[in-house]
Amino acid sequence: MQVTVNGVHHNVDADPNMPLLWAVRDLLGLHGTKFGCGVGACGACTVHLDGVAVRSCVTSLSDAQGKAVTTIEGLSKTGDHPVQRAWKEANVPQCGYCQPGQIMQAASLLKQTPKPSDEQIVEAMSGNICRCGTYQRIKAAIKAAAETA
Amino acid sequence: MSDIVNVSRRRLLKGTVAGSVVLGLHVGGAHAVFAATVLPHAPSGKAEFAPNVYVAVGPSGEIVLTVHRSEMGTGIRTSLAMVLADELDADWQTVKVVQAQGDAKYGDQNTDGSRSVRQFFQPLREAGGSARQMLITAAAAQWNVAPETCHTDLGHVVHAGSQRRLPYGALVARASRLPVPKRDTLRLKSEAEWRYIGKSLPIIDMDDIVHGRATYGIDVVLPGMTYASIEHPPAYGATLKSVDSAEAMKVPGVLRVVRIPAAPLPAGFRPVGGVAVIATNTWAAVQGRRKLKLDWDAGANGSYDTAAYRRTLEETARQPGKVVRHSGDTHAALQGAAQRVSADYFVPHLAHATMEPLAATASYGKGGVEVWTATQNPQQARTTVAEVLGLPEHAVTINVTLLGGGFGRKSKPDYVAEAAFLSREVGKPVKVTWMREDDLHNDYYHAIAAQHLEGGLDANGKTVAWLHRTVFPSITSTFKPNVVYGAPGELGQGVTDMPYEIANVQCENGAAAAHTRIGWYRSVYNIPHGFAAGSFVDELASAARQDPVEHLLQMLGSPRHVDLQAQGVDYPNYGASIDEYPIDTARHAAVVRAVAQRSGWSSKLPPGHGRGIAVHRSFLSYVAAVAQVKVADDGSVQVVRVDLAVDCGRVINPDRVVAQFEGAVVMALGNTLYSELSFKNGAPEQSNFIDYRVARIDSVPETHVYIVPSNAPPGGVGEPGVPPTSAAICNAIFHATGKRIRALPVNTDLLKRA
Repeated sequence: MQVTVNGVHHNVDADPNMPLLWAVRDLLGLHGTKFGCGVGACGACTVHLDGVAVRSCVTSLSDAQGKAVTTIEGLSKTGDHPVQRAWKEANVPQCGYCQPGQIMQAASLLKQTPKPSDEQIVEAMSGNICRCGTYQRIKAAIKAAAETA
Repeated sequence: MSDIVNVSRRRLLKGTVAGSVVLGLHVGGAHAVFAATVLPHAPSGKAEFAPNVYVAVGPSGEIVLTVHRSEMGTGIRTSLAMVLADELDADWQTVKVVQAQGDAKYGDQNTDGSRSVRQFFQPLREAGGSARQMLITAAAAQWNVAPETCHTDLGHVVHAGSQRRLPYGALVARASRLPVPKRDTLRLKSEAEWRYIGKSLPIIDMDDIVHGRATYGIDVVLPGMTYASIEHPPAYGATLKSVDSAEAMKVPGVLRVVRIPAAPLPAGFRPVGGVAVIATNTWAAVQGRRKLKLDWDAGANGSYDTAAYRRTLEETARQPGKVVRHSGDTHAALQGAAQRVSADYFVPHLAHATMEPLAATASYGKGGVEVWTATQNPQQARTTVAEVLGLPEHAVTINVTLLGGGFGRKSKPDYVAEAAFLSREVGKPVKVTWMREDDLHNDYYHAIAAQHLEGGLDANGKTVAWLHRTVFPSITSTFKPNVVYGAPGELGQGVTDMPYEIANVQCENGAAAAHTRIGWYRSVYNIPHGFAAGSFVDELASAARQDPVEHLLQMLGSPRHVDLQAQGVDYPNYGASIDEYPIDTARHAAVVRAVAQRSGWSSKLPPGHGRGIAVHRSFLSYVAAVAQVKVADDGSVQVVRVDLAVDCGRVINPDRVVAQFEGAVVMALGNTLYSELSFKNGAPEQSNFIDYRVARIDSVPETHVYIVPSNAPPGGVGEPGVPPTSAAICNAIFHATGKRIRALPVNTDLLKRA
């Protein structure tokens, strides 16, 4: 199977049905994308497929064929995407485990809806669980990123 | 109390710099909340005298701090480093934090009970201050001036008179030959001199987290590593009759199928057994697992059914129980009361559901086994691995990664022992990763609980009698056979420590046998007890026709230290001295007044809205919560706003304290409105986030956290925000609808308008 992740082409010897999540983590060694539920119900594994947020735990390698996969490691070349900057400014993370998924989801939202309303933020982010409960700061950080972007 | 020794000439430590000044710091008397009742103590002698936290100053001036507590989101790596850096007068930019391995020499490493800052604030100040004093002494000797004429300035010693300065690094060689100053000669900084303590600093792991570089237990990779997925027993204590692995072995990537022996019940921290599929990647292991054909004997807990169990608990709660607190004559006072109120409360099992599922990576070899894992309790992990593998503890090395959430689950190292066992069986490094279903089906569940409360009011509406009966399976049952009553520490979480000034009080505990593993979950038994007591006080306010805030203040009564000993209570006080940390009703009252003011308690609300209040002391901190809810015609509840006023004593990093309380509100909201783990035929009925519901961003209220300024010794921060919030939300629902919620999670059908 061929897969392009963060601009790099990889040939991986894997079942086409393997979820992109496990290919990225176990075969390519990119561990920023997290496993949380395996059924697309928590958002920890969120990556971009051609710039749009998807749950990599329910996206197969074959679904990713010919598309550009972006993980948290490739969100910005310099690591200072407006969403990442806003996350630091608002001190969003507690344990931090779900945050790569939250950041990828938020970046996808802002790409499609640069100035989201509160309702649009809640709708876009309600598939991403944070058990530490950082939601209030996630909302604030997305608003701040929307203003600076 | 702590004793500090200079160990720089005795040993060099991993991660520190040769030629450093290394101060060893030992903290005695530090026990887990449950240690006294549940856990065997490490042999004394070994743990008593070995240093447990190290301050190192390298020749280039770099500061290395070994943090022995686990980071699961509280910001503890940052806060402990701040304390140390402050007293050392170090440049924050030069501080490097090294995570300790699991070792009894560090003293207690079990990161639970909201006590890392409480236990280590003063000892770390002394460690930092001692190092600073030694560096000053070294510089003074070099300049041939009196030490009193020198001071420090961000990593330098300065002689004001001659304007000379030397960086710490240049003083290391001389300082390391000095004796450690005696504690009574230490001059710690005054509060006004603090640079970092009390300031909001970003967590040290921030950059790694937002760039996806932070390493959690699930992220560890070893050369030649294999991946394991484990099918666990379908009920607690179920045993395997047969395994057919033929189909599983045909799955590409599957290498082995390995049976894991089950620990006898109660299993404690040891694995419950199962069948592991070992493969070349996680997904292949999971695919192989689906092809296993397993035949189980469900065992004695195979019929566990929480609907039936609830009825048993409630029946028990209606009968007299074991008396655990007693003053006056509660039954006579109830009989003679002008008005009697009674209510029954229920809270189900809850699951931790940390975002990072359990994971551990182990490598077994001739010298023993080395493990990398996300654990709250690396020493227990070491002990359990040693037990399961039959190794001496010194042959087990536990490396601690960041934790993707803990909430108490990751202080139980069953999954760590699984990885160690499998690595030995396979002869290769093995990473064990639990699926979410494994996590929800093999948790150490928060206890299901039924409670019965009765109150008696006199003709003026004053409460003169209080009866609180609680029935729940004890955490101790996970570790010892035939346990049916709660431990003093469990009853001291919201039952026996009741602070209200009432003439006749009786607290009782009814018997309940456990049918699954019970464990501590963020704020533990304060969850059911805080909910019931906080709700019942509001029921008394209604009976007395009083404003809930005024009523709460009246119930707290005169400012005083509650004397539980006089009422025959065995009260562990979260392992802390009751003299240093009394139950101080003046502090309860202060947070009640503060939250009433901050929340705009008396302001008018729109139709369909209601406000509720509750106050609760737990983990030595005082928290009052006001919730504002909106209940729609269809019964759906929206928590619009939550205000918390918090007195947690001295605060190190205010922003992280606020964050912990914001998070506690979210977790409490989930516990209150959504979460329930039920059993049928011995197994949980919920399997993933689809049916085990937790709070999401769409249910989160506007949250305000007000920290009451305090110079009191630090109390807990991670847990105390949870207990009062559920009661405040349910009290708000009552004031919006006139309907009492006495069982969690809230059944919105009961709130529908006809």
